[in-house]
Amino acid sequence: MMFTNVETIPGKKIIEHFGLVCGSTVRAKNAFKDIGAGLKNIVGGELKSYTALMDESRRQAIERMEQQAQQLGANAIINVRFSTSAISQGAAELYVYGTAVRVE
Amino acid sequence: MGDLIYLIILIGIGYSVGTMVEKRHYKRIEQREAELLCLPAVSAKNLLEEKPVGEARLVYGNAVISTDYFKSLLAGLRNLVGGEVSAFESLLDRARREAVLRMKAQARGADIILNLRIETCQITMTGSVEALAYGTAVYYKK
Repeated sequence: MMFTNVETIPGKKIIEHFGLVCGSTVRAKNAFKDIGAGLKNIVGGELKSYTALMDESRRQAIERMEQQAQQLGANAIINVRFSTSAISQGAAELYVYGTAVRVE
Repeated sequence: MGDLIYLIILIGIGYSVGTMVEKRHYKRIEQREAELLCLPAVSAKNLLEEKPVGEARLVYGNAVISTDYFKSLLAGLRNLVGGEVSAFESLLDRARREAVLRMKAQARGADIILNLRIETCQITMTGSVEALAYGTAVYYKK
């Protein structure tokens, strides 16, 4: 499956559109990791466990979107957009959407 | 009294270590940015040159950066009088630049990154933000 975030797939020709596909996941953080992050809040710097968590969750959202596109018979997704929202203290929703297409 | 000493120690650690961490991070960012200068990331959607394209794919990178205790206190004080909160400006700047660098690292060997988009999200209430950078890496036909 090919992904791009522009309206076309550079170098390929789109022959069929299937409409919107999306994937989302809501993740809460680990309380134990949160203790480490709390300490990090004193000295600053990167919260590596959070970076990894967000990355992993985003991959899952992409996977879900990909499954949806496969069911439609698409082989590429164009115009992919990411969206993240904190829905409560310590939980975030990662949402990804795009247009499923078939290319030559 | 004990609380006050505790607070002063926290501020002291936050200021000294936080400043050091930030300086080191900026140094690393600048060094890597110089290395990746040959891979342009643009917010345009179309290629400027008409060259045959071999491959195009989505690349992205993220970073969660937290501020230090001293700076969050400073920002809290800023909230009373209003105005520019420069303490948080460097935080967002670091997160975005780091995210862009990670995205570029994913696109090794590409010729250009199109439609770069940067998004930020607050993930804890205590002053840590996530920056996500994504775009389409284009490889020209060799």
